[in-house]
Amino acid sequence: MKIEEKLYTLRWKHDKQSHIKITAAEVCLDRCGTEWKRPCTAFCPANVYTWDGAKIAVSFENCVECTTCVLGCPYRNIDWKLPRGGFGIEWQNG
Amino acid sequence: MPGAEEFDAIVVGAGPGGTAAALTMARAGLSVVLFERGERPGVKNVMGGVMYGRMLADVVPEFWQEAPIERVVADERLWLVTEDTATTAGHTHVPHTTAPPNAFTVLRVPFDGWFAARAEAAGALLIPGTTVEDVIRENGRIVGVRTGRQDGDLRANLVVIADGANSFLVQRAGLGRPIEPHEMALVVKEIIALPSGVIEDRFVLDPGMGATIEVYGAVTRGMAGYGFIYTNRESLSVGIGALISHFMKTRITPWDLLEGFKTHPMVAPLLRGGEVREYLAHAIPEGGFRAMPRLYDSGVLVVGDAAMMVNNLHREGSNLAIAAGRMAGETAVHAKRIGDWSAPTLAMYRDLLEASFVLQDLRKYERLPDLVDHQADLLQIYPALLSEAIHEMLTVDGVSKREKQRRILRRLLARRPWWRLLRDAYEGWRAMR
Repeated sequence: MKIEEKLYTLRWKHDKQSHIKITAAEVCLDRCGTEWKRPCTAFCPANVYTWDGAKIAVSFENCVECTTCVLGCPYRNIDWKLPRGGFGIEWQNG
Repeated sequence: MPGAEEFDAIVVGAGPGGTAAALTMARAGLSVVLFERGERPGVKNVMGGVMYGRMLADVVPEFWQEAPIERVVADERLWLVTEDTATTAGHTHVPHTTAPPNAFTVLRVPFDGWFAARAEAAGALLIPGTTVEDVIRENGRIVGVRTGRQDGDLRANLVVIADGANSFLVQRAGLGRPIEPHEMALVVKEIIALPSGVIEDRFVLDPGMGATIEVYGAVTRGMAGYGFIYTNRESLSVGIGALISHFMKTRITPWDLLEGFKTHPMVAPLLRGGEVREYLAHAIPEGGFRAMPRLYDSGVLVVGDAAMMVNNLHREGSNLAIAAGRMAGETAVHAKRIGDWSAPTLAMYRDLLEASFVLQDLRKYERLPDLVDHQADLLQIYPALLSEAIHEMLTVDGVSKREKQRRILRRLLARRPWWRLLRDAYEGWRAMR
């Protein structure tokens, strides 16, 4: 089962504005690219972060709010805030 | 000035810890607001699925008559696996029917919804769909919270922080240092639907009874963590997790790890024919005692995952949260009675925790997180050695048993010199004594 199919089982109430920002894009390009190879593109369980060749693309609407990226970015370069009240992932079972 | 605040207490987060605190306070007549960022309690919450009865019964006596329980755990199994073998142990019993069940499985969306409704019925004011973004501090004490709503400030004598793993409010309140990636695990799981009769046949269970399987070894691919299979009424909770620091280093994706676990030759037959209903992910605190924040200060208490109250070795967490929530509530009732919400009064919460299993157990295993982080390979080596040894003894091939023993010992010492064996044993003992 691919990640796309897994995410297809989920429900969100999407906000228009993103609750995730990359603080300094050049850190992903340079330091993280050489030293860590951008682990966020691997550990995020909802595949929110992908490398487009120049920067990290953030699919914030896939976020399941596990907060792994807050701790797992080696440079604490992901500015992740809780979604506004009522928005975001809505588990059916938990 | 005591008594001038709008509410006695604000609780942030309607999970097991926050709800237990709100319920305890409301029942004693305190005015309590219970904030929840989900549209209703439960929809943001995930756990593996095993909860314990005693601590819940302390808050809701006879809960088992009405709570949305999935199955009563009658059979607990432990598997140590390699790629294609499993060495298993287990304990099974016939649960009594007259007292709270020791352990049972739950799904958090219905369970948390039920529990929060109990707090509401006791008089707590539940405000869902509201994210608490910060605490309000005046003259060195916390006097309320700032929500994401317009004019969203609310004041109270006490703020109970129960916003879960990786608590932002603990940081905002200045009660803890930032959490490190080796102090938190990422767990992914799936709800896999199967008819209840199939589950009972497959796991050899009486109707309504449940099984738990924890799986250690090759399935975590060198990372510190474990897989699990828990039975619900008409589904299985199948998941696996590992330290975030190990996900960072290995670059294994969580969904690949889960797929690998589901296709392990001992796991796959249990899931056969099941339909994936939901894929979930959540963080689990792993830092233990040494990673805990300050648990109280003037006008504030911290409970549950927000305070790192998880005993991973025994897969206990929600029960620690419920016990801590109750103790936070009892502390608040005392503070209200004497009209003092300052740190020296609220220190009663810490004393209650120290006198209970919560801090005693967390303290007992305070060295374990370090061992797990630095020696994750133990979870690969020993299951493999054990499996090979048993496999050797069970294989009837004309080789004498004494020769087989020699082979096992040679293989053991080839993989792990005797001084390493002694050190592993010593460190293991020290981390768990």
